[in-house]
Amino acid sequence: MTRTARLAALALAATTLAGCSLVGGGEQASSGHTVTLVTHDSWAVDKALWADFQKTSGITVKVSTNGDAGALTNKLVLTKANPIGDIAYGVDSTFASRALSGGVFAPYSSPDAGKGPQRYQIDDSHRLTAVDVGDVCLNVDTGWYAQHNLPAPSGYADLVDPRYKGQTVVEDPSTSSPGLAFLLGTVKQFGADKWPDFWTKLKANDVKVDAGWDEAYTQDFSGSSGKGPRPVVVSYASSPADEIGDDGKPRTKAVLNTCYRQVEYAGVLDGAKNPDDARKVLDFLISQKFQEQVPGSMYVYPSREGVALPDAWKTAAPLPDAPAQLPADQVDANREKWVQQCRTLLQG
Amino acid sequence: MSNAAPRLVLLLLALVPVGFLGLFFAWPVVSIVGIGLGGSGVTEVLTSGDTWRLVAFTLGQAAAATLVAVLMGMPLAYVMARCKLPGVGLVRTLILVPFVLPTVVVGLAFRSLLPDGGVLSIVLANAFFNVAVVARTVGGLWAHTDRRAEEAARSLGASRWRAFTSVVLPAIAPAVGSAAAVVFLFCATSFGVVLMLGGARYRTLETEIYLRTVDLFDLPGAAALSILQVVAVIAVLLVGAFARRRRETALKLRGRTETAKRPVGAEWIIVGAALLVVIALLVPIVGLITRSLTTMDGWRALAGTGDEGTLEVPAWQAASNSIRAATDATILAMLLGVTAAVVLSQLRRGRAVLGETLDLALMLPLGVSAVTVGFGYLVTLGDLPFDLRTSPLLVPFAQALVITPLIVRTVLPVLRAIDERLRQAAGTLGAGPFRVWREVDLALAWRSLIAAAGFGYVVALGEFGATSFLARPDAPTLPVAIARLISRPGELNNEMAYAACVVLMLVTVVAVVAIERLTPAVGEF
Repeated sequence: MTRTARLAALALAATTLAGCSLVGGGEQASSGHTVTLVTHDSWAVDKALWADFQKTSGITVKVSTNGDAGALTNKLVLTKANPIGDIAYGVDSTFASRALSGGVFAPYSSPDAGKGPQRYQIDDSHRLTAVDVGDVCLNVDTGWYAQHNLPAPSGYADLVDPRYKGQTVVEDPSTSSPGLAFLLGTVKQFGADKWPDFWTKLKANDVKVDAGWDEAYTQDFSGSSGKGPRPVVVSYASSPADEIGDDGKPRTKAVLNTCYRQVEYAGVLDGAKNPDDARKVLDFLISQKFQEQVPGSMYVYPSREGVALPDAWKTAAPLPDAPAQLPADQVDANREKWVQQCRTLLQG
Repeated sequence: MSNAAPRLVLLLLALVPVGFLGLFFAWPVVSIVGIGLGGSGVTEVLTSGDTWRLVAFTLGQAAAATLVAVLMGMPLAYVMARCKLPGVGLVRTLILVPFVLPTVVVGLAFRSLLPDGGVLSIVLANAFFNVAVVARTVGGLWAHTDRRAEEAARSLGASRWRAFTSVVLPAIAPAVGSAAAVVFLFCATSFGVVLMLGGARYRTLETEIYLRTVDLFDLPGAAALSILQVVAVIAVLLVGAFARRRRETALKLRGRTETAKRPVGAEWIIVGAALLVVIALLVPIVGLITRSLTTMDGWRALAGTGDEGTLEVPAWQAASNSIRAATDATILAMLLGVTAAVVLSQLRRGRAVLGETLDLALMLPLGVSAVTVGFGYLVTLGDLPFDLRTSPLLVPFAQALVITPLIVRTVLPVLRAIDERLRQAAGTLGAGPFRVWREVDLALAWRSLIAAAGFGYVVALGEFGATSFLARPDAPTLPVAIARLISRPGELNNEMAYAACVVLMLVTVVAVVAIERLTPAVGEF
């Protein structure tokens, strides 16, 4: 008898918990104005602003995150015939060619697209609109170099200098998107034939290659909270803004002549169920209000002109003015080959 | 009449797990692999020497990790099943904690413990996650086996070792085999740990499939590797099933109260070994707790959403999402797993082939890459009347897929060990099939049902691979939220991540204690 009672209690507790999830987590009844925004895992937005937009526009936006920019792009290409949403944000300049040639996006020219985003235009038929810009650069721990009486590295050449032996940690280009950007930066810098020489020397100078940004930046880099052993890391131009010491000064800095630019785009999906409202969401992504909070929530720079950066960014993380970039079609045609070449070189 | 009805019922019951597996596993996987096979480059991948080195390394590291996990888990299983000691209940609960820790956190912990780790750290980290599988699965059956047989052997002059190998081991072998198979699958498909600890040097089929699917969009290559993965997994499972079939026998199942005693003499050595294992498991955990306590900022920030809103919801809400998704997943998986276990235990006589096939099919979700299943969902589930692809319901569904095999593995050995004559006796006395099941099977196996539910719940709480793929940003689970916090710069995000890990451990411990408290017979020590 008691066993039955206990089982009943357990079942009751379970149903109560399950009940609230099936009801609470389920789809809310909404008007016809629902848009599904498909994006990558780094998506973040100021909550009050986002709620306000949905309230004033009457559009309910469902956000679906889908891995990194590469995973997002591949998913969009795979589901082209039956899209998983109405608008996609987060396909970046490294993967844009794949999405464009896959015919994923429909043309749309937002009224505000001429207020800055046009500077990063990638497609003549306006299928993609630039929302933000993020640069991948070497970051150095300035305090470490001051302590060791050594000038901090000031460019690619220093990384292969014996004085800086064993001080650098980078991410594997095959498993990490900043790692890939860094590889592309070296391709741009040294040329499609000569970059392997640089990497060979880099390897000889005892570079550490981690699988992802997490362990490279938070564990092996000396300038982050992990206080690791290596004072040079591949990270973002914006990272120093998050490493401000108690004295108000940044502990790290980006080496601005090693930056590689990645532009993130948004576009209305071809075959979207609700293209009209999807366009309104896209308009909002490049609006003044949304663009102002882009640095704070996603650690990237606005694509719109005349948007002020947060104070910490002005001193610690200004937008690099002459970053490297390769043409999207060249990246798309060679990405796999270069990554493979780099993997073989690092393993050998 | 007495035969036709149960057979039909059995068939209908079998349709439940088979239907679910077909819809949420077989169809997506076959579709995505099919798309890949339509492309070019499949044969090149299959004939490349690199591919076969990859297969060898994948199976080798998984076998090594399984061995380590079994060696570490056995003393724990013994203590949990046979010893009447203070603190055993605590150990039972504590060893589940590693299972829920996000791989990114464990990866970071092992990187700092073994900076030049390589293969060794991959094997140890994989074993670390899985010791609990061995301890709980084996301990579950061990606790129910009759102690008198081994006492008889001892009094007839057998040494302790001899009594163990010729009496105890044959009795618990099905559970050891079961646990080893599950652990092997977990290790063969472990992703985050290999990626983080293997760096650019060591790769497995799983990381390579991920790389080709997600980064290179080389679906033909990924399809070729997925097929290899499935073939390798089936081969290993067949070996396991063969070994298991020879061993499975009816046992006289007993309650734990009858079999647990205070250890004497040399038994203390095993208790000591178990203690060492517990300490080894606790090292990374204590490190994590210490790290989270170095500053209170992370804890204070947990109430909010991180540095500049890294998370869309406060951490407590992520915890509540975790609890709810895990509850749904556990209920669903119990339904599927217990149904499957009942069918399998009944199918044994006369239909061994059918039984083994179903048994194997149920294990496959553990052996196939989460990314293959995830991409498979994209190309198939859109065709259903309700587009589930962006639905929050997919999270518990995917978690259920992962934990159903575990539930089958925990419950099935116990169901199979029930003496058929008990059922026959009940039938002769006039009980219908359902009554027989309730009075015999349920009465003897209900504790292992609860244990299976508790274990499944914990696995669902910690599930990361499939969940991170499917969870929506406004409804992250705790492991997803932790990974997100770690992937952002800034000290506060990091501190929050560690504090959130401790919260996840607490949630786990509380959940396990609650489940086992509702059923004191399991937790009586």
